[in-house]
Amino acid sequence: MAFFKKSPWIIHYDGSSCNGCDIEVLACLTPLYDVERFGVVNTGNPKHADIFLITGAVNSQNVDVIKNIYSQIPEPKAVIAIGICAVSGNIFRDCYNIIGGIDKVIPVDVYVPGCAARPEAIIDGVVQALGVLEKKYSDLKSGKLNENKQALV
Amino acid sequence: MTLNIIFVILYFIFAPLLGGLFAGLDRVVSARMQGRVGPPVFQPFYDVFKLLGKQNFTVNRFHSYYLVCYLLFAVLNGAQLYLACLFNADDILFVIFTLTLADIFLVMAAYSAGSPYSFIGAERELFQMLVAEPLLLITAFGFYMATKSFDVVKIYSADHMLFLSLPGIFIGFVFVLTIKFRKSPFDLATSHHAHQELVKGLTTEFSGPTLALFEIAHWFEVVMLLGIVFLFFASSPLLGLIITVLTYFATILIDNTYARFKLHLTFEVAWIATLILGGGNLMVLYFLKLVNG
Ligand code: SF4
Repeated sequence: MAFFKKSPWIIHYDGSSCNGCDIEVLACLTPLYDVERFGVVNTGNPKHADIFLITGAVNSQNVDVIKNIYSQIPEPKAVIAIGICAVSGNIFRDCYNIIGGIDKVIPVDVYVPGCAARPEAIIDGVVQALGVLEKKYSDLKSGKLNENKQALV
Repeated sequence: MTLNIIFVILYFIFAPLLGGLFAGLDRVVSARMQGRVGPPVFQPFYDVFKLLGKQNFTVNRFHSYYLVCYLLFAVLNGAQLYLACLFNADDILFVIFTLTLADIFLVMAAYSAGSPYSFIGAERELFQMLVAEPLLLITAFGFYMATKSFDVVKIYSADHMLFLSLPGIFIGFVFVLTIKFRKSPFDLATSHHAHQELVKGLTTEFSGPTLALFEIAHWFEVVMLLGIVFLFFASSPLLGLIITVLTYFATILIDNTYARFKLHLTFEVAWIATLILGGGNLMVLYFLKLVNG
Protein backbone atom coordinates (compact mmCIF):
# COMPACT_ATOMS: atom_id res chain seq x y z
CA MET A 1 0.00 0.00 0.00
CA ALA A 2 1.55 3.21 -1.14
CA PHE A 3 -1.20 5.35 0.31
CA PHE A 4 0.60 6.23 3.53
CA LYS A 5 3.19 7.92 1.36
CA LYS A 6 0.52 9.99 -0.35
CA SER A 7 -1.49 11.28 2.56
CA PRO A 8 0.43 11.83 5.79
CA TRP A 9 -1.73 13.73 8.26
CA ILE A 10 0.10 15.58 10.95
CA ILE A 11 -0.56 16.69 14.49
CA HIS A 12 1.77 19.30 15.88
CA TYR A 13 2.43 19.75 19.58
CA ASP A 14 4.54 22.45 21.14
CA GLY A 15 6.39 21.02 24.15
CA SER A 16 8.36 23.83 25.73
CA SER A 17 9.88 25.40 22.69
CA CYS A 18 10.80 29.04 22.27
CA ASN A 19 8.24 29.12 19.40
CA GLY A 20 11.02 29.37 16.84
CA CYS A 21 10.51 25.83 15.62
CA ASP A 22 6.70 26.20 15.72
CA ILE A 23 6.89 29.15 13.37
CA GLU A 24 9.00 27.05 11.02
CA VAL A 25 6.50 24.17 11.17
CA LEU A 26 3.69 26.56 10.29
CA ALA A 27 5.86 28.09 7.55
CA CYS A 28 5.71 24.69 5.83
CA LEU A 29 1.97 25.24 5.30
CA THR A 30 2.32 28.67 3.72
CA PRO A 31 2.26 29.25 -0.05
CA LEU A 32 6.08 29.26 -0.22
CA TYR A 33 6.54 25.65 0.94
CA ASP A 34 2.92 24.39 0.66
CA VAL A 35 3.27 20.87 2.03
CA GLU A 36 -0.32 20.12 1.02
CA ARG A 37 1.23 19.44 -2.40
CA PHE A 38 2.30 16.11 -0.90
CA GLY A 39 -1.09 15.50 0.72
CA VAL A 40 0.08 16.66 4.13
CA VAL A 41 -2.76 17.96 6.29
CA ASN A 42 -2.28 19.62 9.65
CA THR A 43 -5.15 18.00 11.55
CA GLY A 44 -5.05 19.16 15.15
CA ASN A 45 -6.79 15.92 16.13
CA PRO A 46 -4.68 12.94 17.25
CA LYS A 47 -7.33 10.42 16.16
CA HIS A 48 -6.98 11.55 12.55
CA ALA A 49 -3.21 11.89 12.54
CA ASP A 50 -0.41 9.65 11.24
CA ILE A 51 2.62 11.70 12.20
CA PHE A 52 3.25 13.37 15.53
CA LEU A 53 5.46 16.47 15.22
CA ILE A 54 6.88 17.73 18.50
CA THR A 55 8.87 20.88 18.98
CA GLY A 56 10.60 21.76 22.24
CA ALA A 57 11.72 19.62 25.15
CA VAL A 58 9.53 17.65 27.53
CA ASN A 59 8.90 19.24 30.89
CA SER A 60 7.26 17.82 33.98
CA GLN A 61 4.00 19.60 33.18
CA ASN A 62 3.44 18.31 29.67
CA VAL A 63 4.81 14.78 29.93
CA ASP A 64 1.30 13.35 30.41
CA VAL A 65 -0.07 15.42 27.56
CA ILE A 66 2.55 14.06 25.18
CA LYS A 67 1.86 10.47 26.26
CA ASN A 68 -1.86 11.07 25.94
CA ILE A 69 -1.65 12.45 22.40
CA TYR A 70 0.73 9.66 21.40
CA SER A 71 -1.58 6.94 22.66
CA GLN A 72 -4.57 8.44 20.84
CA ILE A 73 -2.95 8.25 17.40
CA PRO A 74 -4.04 5.06 15.62
CA GLU A 75 -1.33 2.69 14.33
CA PRO A 76 0.65 2.93 12.14
CA LYS A 77 2.13 6.18 13.40
CA ALA A 78 5.46 7.96 13.45
CA VAL A 79 6.97 10.55 15.77
CA ILE A 80 9.25 13.35 14.62
CA ALA A 81 11.27 15.45 17.06
CA ILE A 82 11.76 18.89 15.49
CA GLY A 83 14.57 21.16 16.58
CA ILE A 84 17.46 20.40 18.87
CA CYS A 85 15.27 21.09 21.93
CA ALA A 86 13.04 18.15 21.05
CA VAL A 87 16.05 16.02 20.20
CA SER A 88 18.06 16.52 23.37
CA GLY A 89 16.84 19.45 25.46
CA ASN A 90 19.27 21.99 23.99
CA ILE A 91 20.22 24.90 26.25
CA PHE A 92 17.21 24.18 28.44
CA ARG A 93 18.39 20.68 29.38
CA ASP A 94 19.67 21.73 32.82
CA CYS A 95 16.52 23.59 33.82
CA TYR A 96 14.86 22.23 36.95
CA ASN A 97 11.62 21.34 35.14
CA ILE A 98 13.03 19.90 31.91
CA ILE A 99 13.04 16.14 31.55
CA GLY A 100 14.99 16.14 28.29
CA GLY A 101 14.43 15.17 24.65
CA ILE A 102 11.16 13.64 23.46
CA ASP A 103 12.69 10.17 23.36
CA LYS A 104 12.78 10.20 27.16
CA VAL A 105 8.99 9.60 27.17
CA ILE A 106 7.86 8.22 23.82
CA PRO A 107 9.72 6.40 21.02
CA VAL A 108 10.95 8.85 18.37
CA ASP A 109 11.35 7.70 14.77
CA VAL A 110 12.93 10.73 13.09
CA TYR A 111 15.16 13.42 14.57
CA VAL A 112 15.31 16.80 12.81
CA PRO A 113 18.08 18.88 14.41
CA GLY A 114 18.56 22.60 13.96
CA CYS A 115 17.86 25.70 15.99
CA ALA A 116 15.43 26.53 14.55
CA ALA A 117 14.96 23.58 12.18
CA ARG A 118 14.50 24.96 8.68
CA PRO A 119 11.29 24.23 6.78
CA GLU A 120 13.26 22.23 4.18
CA ALA A 121 14.68 20.07 6.98
CA ILE A 122 11.20 19.59 8.47
CA ILE A 123 9.78 18.51 5.11
CA ASP A 124 12.71 16.15 4.71
CA GLY A 125 11.94 14.73 8.16
CA VAL A 126 8.34 14.13 7.17
CA VAL A 127 9.48 12.33 4.03
CA GLN A 128 11.70 10.06 6.15
CA ALA A 129 8.77 9.41 8.46
CA LEU A 130 6.75 8.18 5.48
CA GLY A 131 9.20 5.30 5.13
CA VAL A 132 8.69 4.52 8.82
CA LEU A 133 4.90 4.54 8.35
CA GLU A 134 5.14 2.11 5.43
CA LYS A 135 7.37 -0.21 7.42
CA LYS A 136 5.07 -0.13 10.43
CA TYR A 137 2.11 -0.85 8.21
CA SER A 138 3.75 -3.96 6.78
CA ASP A 139 4.82 -5.00 10.30
CA LEU A 140 1.22 -4.61 11.44
CA LYS A 141 0.02 -6.79 8.56
CA SER A 142 2.58 -9.49 9.27
CA GLY A 143 1.85 -9.39 13.00
CA LYS A 144 5.29 -8.18 14.09
CA LEU A 145 3.76 -5.07 15.60
CA ASN A 146 0.73 -5.25 17.85
CA GLU A 147 -2.04 -2.74 17.47
CA ASN A 148 -2.27 -0.21 20.24
CA LYS A 149 0.54 -1.64 22.30
CA GLN A 150 1.07 1.53 24.28
CA ALA A 151 0.60 1.19 28.00
CA LEU A 152 1.79 4.71 28.57
CA VAL A 153 -0.99 6.60 30.26
CA MET B 1 -34.01 -5.72 -16.44
CA THR B 2 -30.39 -5.81 -17.64
CA LEU B 3 -30.64 -2.11 -18.35
CA ASN B 4 -31.66 -1.58 -14.73
CA ILE B 5 -28.70 -3.59 -13.48
CA ILE B 6 -26.38 -1.51 -15.66
CA PHE B 7 -27.89 1.65 -14.17
CA VAL B 8 -27.29 0.37 -10.64
CA ILE B 9 -23.68 -0.55 -11.43
CA LEU B 10 -23.06 2.80 -13.09
CA TYR B 11 -24.47 4.58 -10.06
CA PHE B 12 -22.25 2.66 -7.66
CA ILE B 13 -19.17 3.39 -9.77
CA PHE B 14 -19.79 6.99 -10.71
CA ALA B 15 -21.42 8.47 -7.61
CA PRO B 16 -18.42 7.96 -5.27
CA LEU B 17 -16.00 8.69 -8.12
CA LEU B 18 -17.67 12.01 -8.89
CA GLY B 19 -18.04 12.84 -5.20
CA GLY B 20 -14.33 12.21 -4.60
CA LEU B 21 -13.35 14.20 -7.68
CA PHE B 22 -15.49 17.11 -6.56
CA ALA B 23 -13.80 16.98 -3.15
CA GLY B 24 -10.38 16.90 -4.85
CA LEU B 25 -11.25 19.81 -7.13
CA ASP B 26 -12.44 21.69 -4.08
CA ARG B 27 -9.05 21.29 -2.44
CA VAL B 28 -7.12 22.26 -5.57
CA VAL B 29 -9.29 25.30 -6.32
CA SER B 30 -9.18 26.41 -2.67
CA ALA B 31 -5.38 26.11 -2.70
CA ARG B 32 -5.16 28.17 -5.90
CA MET B 33 -7.38 30.83 -4.35
CA GLN B 34 -4.92 31.00 -1.44
CA GLY B 35 -1.90 31.27 -3.74
CA ARG B 36 -0.79 27.67 -3.19
CA VAL B 37 -0.36 24.78 -5.61
CA GLY B 38 -2.49 22.34 -3.64
CA PRO B 39 -2.67 18.54 -3.60
CA PRO B 40 -3.33 16.28 -6.60
CA VAL B 41 -6.97 16.05 -7.70
CA PHE B 42 -7.13 12.43 -6.54
CA GLN B 43 -5.98 13.31 -3.03
CA PRO B 44 -9.36 12.46 -1.37
CA PHE B 45 -9.09 8.91 -2.76
CA TYR B 46 -5.54 8.55 -1.40
CA ASP B 47 -6.80 9.81 1.95
CA VAL B 48 -9.69 7.35 2.09
CA PHE B 49 -7.54 4.37 1.06
CA LYS B 50 -5.00 5.34 3.69
CA LEU B 51 -7.69 5.69 6.35
CA LEU B 52 -8.98 2.21 5.50
CA GLY B 53 -5.51 0.85 6.31
CA LYS B 54 -5.33 2.48 9.73
CA GLN B 55 -6.20 1.06 13.10
CA ASN B 56 -9.82 1.59 14.11
CA PHE B 57 -10.39 3.19 17.52
CA THR B 58 -14.04 2.73 18.32
CA VAL B 59 -15.19 4.26 21.54
CA ASN B 60 -18.12 1.89 21.97
CA ARG B 61 -19.97 -0.94 20.24
CA PHE B 62 -22.44 1.26 18.36
CA HIS B 63 -20.02 3.81 17.03
CA SER B 64 -19.15 2.24 13.69
CA TYR B 65 -22.61 0.73 13.42
CA TYR B 66 -24.19 4.19 13.31
CA LEU B 67 -21.71 5.29 10.69
CA VAL B 68 -22.45 2.26 8.54
CA CYS B 69 -26.13 3.26 8.75
CA TYR B 70 -25.16 6.80 7.74
CA LEU B 71 -23.35 5.46 4.69
CA LEU B 72 -26.23 3.09 3.78
CA PHE B 73 -28.83 5.84 3.92
CA ALA B 74 -26.59 8.27 2.05
CA VAL B 75 -26.20 5.65 -0.70
CA LEU B 76 -29.96 4.97 -0.72
CA ASN B 77 -30.54 8.71 -0.80
CA GLY B 78 -28.55 9.16 -3.98
CA ALA B 79 -30.15 6.04 -5.46
CA GLN B 80 -33.61 7.51 -4.90
CA LEU B 81 -32.67 10.49 -7.00
CA TYR B 82 -30.48 8.93 -9.70
CA LEU B 83 -32.17 5.54 -10.01
CA ALA B 84 -35.66 7.03 -9.71
CA CYS B 85 -36.71 5.21 -12.89
CA LEU B 86 -36.25 1.87 -11.08
CA PHE B 87 -38.57 2.73 -8.23
CA ASN B 88 -42.26 2.92 -8.94
CA ALA B 89 -43.16 6.61 -8.66
CA ASP B 90 -40.28 7.76 -6.50
CA ASP B 91 -41.09 10.76 -4.41
CA ILE B 92 -38.78 13.79 -4.07
CA LEU B 93 -40.10 14.13 -0.51
CA PHE B 94 -38.62 10.71 0.29
CA VAL B 95 -35.28 11.88 -1.05
CA ILE B 96 -35.31 14.77 1.40
CA PHE B 97 -36.47 12.63 4.32
CA THR B 98 -33.78 10.04 3.66
CA LEU B 99 -31.17 12.80 3.63
CA THR B 100 -32.38 13.84 7.07
CA LEU B 101 -32.39 10.25 8.32
CA ALA B 102 -28.82 9.72 7.11
CA ASP B 103 -27.72 12.85 8.95
CA ILE B 104 -29.50 11.71 12.08
CA PHE B 105 -27.37 8.55 12.11
CA LEU B 106 -24.27 10.71 11.79
CA VAL B 107 -25.41 12.79 14.75
CA MET B 108 -26.08 9.64 16.77
CA ALA B 109 -22.57 8.39 16.02
CA ALA B 110 -21.14 11.66 17.28
CA TYR B 111 -23.40 11.66 20.35
CA SER B 112 -22.42 8.09 21.24
CA ALA B 113 -18.83 9.19 21.92
CA GLY B 114 -17.90 10.77 25.20
CA SER B 115 -15.77 13.56 23.81
CA PRO B 116 -17.15 17.02 24.50
CA TYR B 117 -15.98 18.19 21.06
CA SER B 118 -17.91 15.52 19.28
CA PHE B 119 -20.89 16.17 21.57
CA ILE B 120 -21.05 19.89 20.81
CA GLY B 121 -20.42 19.10 17.14
CA ALA B 122 -23.45 16.80 17.18
CA GLU B 123 -25.58 19.49 18.78
CA ARG B 124 -24.54 21.98 16.15
CA GLU B 125 -25.19 19.49 13.36
CA LEU B 126 -28.75 19.02 14.67
CA PHE B 127 -29.09 22.78 14.68
CA GLN B 128 -27.82 23.03 11.11
CA MET B 129 -30.31 20.38 10.03
CA LEU B 130 -33.09 22.37 11.67
CA VAL B 131 -31.94 25.48 9.82
CA ALA B 132 -31.69 23.78 6.42
CA GLU B 133 -34.77 21.56 6.57
CA PRO B 134 -37.56 24.08 5.80
CA LEU B 135 -36.00 25.17 2.54
CA LEU B 136 -35.39 21.57 1.44
CA LEU B 137 -39.10 20.89 2.00
CA ILE B 138 -40.08 24.10 0.22
CA THR B 139 -37.92 22.93 -2.71
CA ALA B 140 -40.00 19.76 -2.91
CA PHE B 141 -43.24 21.78 -2.72
CA GLY B 142 -41.93 24.14 -5.37
CA PHE B 143 -41.25 21.20 -7.70
CA TYR B 144 -44.79 20.05 -7.02
CA MET B 145 -46.31 23.48 -7.80
CA ALA B 146 -44.33 23.67 -11.02
CA THR B 147 -44.91 20.14 -12.31
CA LYS B 148 -48.03 18.96 -10.42
CA SER B 149 -46.07 15.94 -9.23
CA PHE B 150 -43.63 14.85 -6.53
CA ASP B 151 -42.37 12.07 -8.81
CA VAL B 152 -38.66 12.53 -9.56
CA VAL B 153 -39.03 11.15 -13.09
CA LYS B 154 -41.88 13.56 -13.87
CA ILE B 155 -39.88 16.48 -12.43
CA TYR B 156 -36.89 15.44 -14.51
CA SER B 157 -38.91 15.30 -17.70
CA ALA B 158 -40.83 18.54 -17.10
CA ASP B 159 -41.61 20.34 -20.36
CA HIS B 160 -40.26 23.71 -19.22
CA MET B 161 -37.18 24.78 -17.30
CA LEU B 162 -38.14 24.65 -13.61
CA PHE B 163 -35.65 27.38 -12.74
CA LEU B 164 -37.85 29.88 -14.59
CA SER B 165 -40.77 29.29 -12.24
CA LEU B 166 -38.63 28.67 -9.13
CA PRO B 167 -35.81 31.25 -9.22
CA GLY B 168 -36.23 32.23 -5.56
CA ILE B 169 -36.25 28.63 -4.40
CA PHE B 170 -33.16 27.91 -6.50
CA ILE B 171 -31.18 30.73 -4.87
CA GLY B 172 -32.42 29.61 -1.46
CA PHE B 173 -31.40 26.04 -2.25
CA VAL B 174 -27.87 27.12 -3.19
CA PHE B 175 -27.79 28.98 0.12
CA VAL B 176 -28.78 25.84 2.00
CA LEU B 177 -26.24 23.86 0.00
CA THR B 178 -23.38 25.59 1.83
CA ILE B 179 -24.99 24.54 5.11
CA LYS B 180 -25.38 20.94 3.94
CA PHE B 181 -21.81 20.82 2.61
CA ARG B 182 -20.64 22.08 6.03
CA LYS B 183 -18.61 24.77 4.32
CA SER B 184 -17.65 28.16 5.69
CA PRO B 185 -19.50 30.35 6.80
CA PHE B 186 -21.59 27.41 8.03
CA ASP B 187 -18.85 24.98 9.06
CA LEU B 188 -20.11 24.97 12.63
CA ALA B 189 -20.42 21.25 13.29
CA THR B 190 -17.18 20.21 11.65
CA SER B 191 -14.88 21.84 9.16
CA HIS B 192 -12.90 20.75 6.13
CA HIS B 193 -9.96 22.76 7.34
CA ALA B 194 -7.64 21.87 10.11
CA HIS B 195 -8.14 24.10 13.06
CA GLN B 196 -11.31 25.30 14.58
CA GLU B 197 -12.41 25.78 18.13
CA LEU B 198 -14.06 22.35 18.26
CA VAL B 199 -10.96 20.52 16.92
CA LYS B 200 -12.91 18.53 14.31
CA GLY B 201 -16.30 18.77 15.97
CA LEU B 202 -18.60 16.03 14.79
CA THR B 203 -15.80 13.85 13.43
CA THR B 204 -13.37 14.22 16.34
CA GLU B 205 -13.92 10.66 17.57
CA PHE B 206 -13.89 8.97 14.17
CA SER B 207 -10.58 7.40 13.30
CA GLY B 208 -9.20 5.27 10.50
CA PRO B 209 -11.87 3.21 8.66
CA THR B 210 -14.74 4.95 10.46
CA LEU B 211 -13.55 8.31 9.17
CA ALA B 212 -13.24 6.77 5.70
CA LEU B 213 -16.93 5.73 5.90
CA PHE B 214 -17.82 9.29 6.82
CA GLU B 215 -15.88 10.68 3.85
CA ILE B 216 -17.45 8.26 1.37
CA ALA B 217 -20.96 8.94 2.70
CA HIS B 218 -20.30 12.65 2.36
CA TRP B 219 -19.33 12.15 -1.30
CA PHE B 220 -22.66 10.45 -1.92
CA GLU B 221 -24.45 13.32 -0.19
CA VAL B 222 -22.66 15.95 -2.27
CA VAL B 223 -23.48 14.13 -5.50
CA MET B 224 -27.13 13.80 -4.43
CA LEU B 225 -27.49 17.48 -3.55
CA LEU B 226 -25.83 18.58 -6.79
CA GLY B 227 -28.34 16.30 -8.55
CA ILE B 228 -31.16 18.41 -7.12
CA VAL B 229 -29.42 21.54 -8.45
CA PHE B 230 -29.40 19.82 -11.85
CA LEU B 231 -33.16 19.09 -11.59
CA PHE B 232 -33.86 22.83 -11.77
CA PHE B 233 -32.35 22.88 -15.28
CA ALA B 234 -33.17 19.34 -16.37
CA SER B 235 -34.94 20.44 -19.54
CA SER B 236 -31.62 21.50 -21.08
CA PRO B 237 -29.02 19.06 -19.71
CA LEU B 238 -25.93 20.88 -20.97
CA LEU B 239 -26.92 24.14 -19.27
CA GLY B 240 -27.84 22.07 -16.20
CA LEU B 241 -24.35 20.56 -16.01
CA ILE B 242 -22.68 23.94 -16.42
CA ILE B 243 -24.86 25.53 -13.72
CA THR B 244 -24.23 22.58 -11.37
CA VAL B 245 -20.47 22.97 -11.70
CA LEU B 246 -20.76 26.75 -11.33
CA THR B 247 -22.85 26.29 -8.18
CA TYR B 248 -20.17 24.08 -6.70
CA PHE B 249 -17.55 26.66 -7.62
CA ALA B 250 -19.65 29.34 -5.92
CA THR B 251 -19.75 27.34 -2.68
CA ILE B 252 -15.95 27.03 -2.80
CA LEU B 253 -15.62 30.76 -3.39
CA ILE B 254 -17.92 31.51 -0.45
CA ASP B 255 -15.99 28.97 1.64
CA ASN B 256 -12.76 30.88 1.01
CA THR B 257 -14.07 34.38 1.48
CA TYR B 258 -16.25 34.19 4.58
CA ALA B 259 -15.46 33.78 8.24
CA ARG B 260 -17.60 31.40 10.27
CA PHE B 261 -21.04 32.66 11.31
CA LYS B 262 -22.31 32.38 14.86
CA LEU B 263 -25.19 29.98 15.51
CA HIS B 264 -27.78 32.73 15.87
CA LEU B 265 -26.64 34.55 12.78
CA THR B 266 -26.80 31.26 10.84
CA PHE B 267 -30.30 30.70 12.09
CA GLU B 268 -31.53 34.21 11.29
CA VAL B 269 -29.90 34.49 7.89
CA ALA B 270 -31.02 31.04 6.77
CA TRP B 271 -34.61 31.31 7.95
CA ILE B 272 -35.02 34.83 6.58
CA ALA B 273 -33.70 33.57 3.23
CA THR B 274 -36.08 30.62 3.45
CA LEU B 275 -39.03 32.85 4.23
CA ILE B 276 -38.36 35.49 1.57
CA LEU B 277 -36.87 33.42 -1.24
CA GLY B 278 -38.67 30.12 -0.64
CA GLY B 279 -41.96 31.32 0.80
CA GLY B 280 -42.11 34.31 -1.57
CA ASN B 281 -41.56 32.08 -4.58
CA LEU B 282 -44.30 29.67 -3.46
CA MET B 283 -46.71 32.58 -2.93
CA VAL B 284 -46.06 34.04 -6.37
CA LEU B 285 -46.65 30.62 -7.92
CA TYR B 286 -49.89 30.32 -5.98
CA PHE B 287 -51.20 33.74 -7.10
CA LEU B 288 -50.24 33.03 -10.71
CA LYS B 289 -52.21 29.82 -10.47
CA LEU B 290 -55.22 31.74 -9.11
CA VAL B 291 -54.99 34.35 -11.86
CA ASN B 292 -54.56 31.81 -14.63
CA GLY B 293 -57.36 29.73 -13.16
S1 SF4 C 1 15.51 24.28 18.76
FE1 SF4 C 1 15.97 26.48 18.93
S2 SF4 C 1 14.33 27.46 17.75
FE2 SF4 C 1 13.68 25.37 18.17
S3 SF4 C 1 12.48 25.49 20.02
FE3 SF4 C 1 14.58 25.02 20.66
S4 SF4 C 1 15.52 26.98 21.07
FE4 SF4 C 1 13.65 27.39 19.88
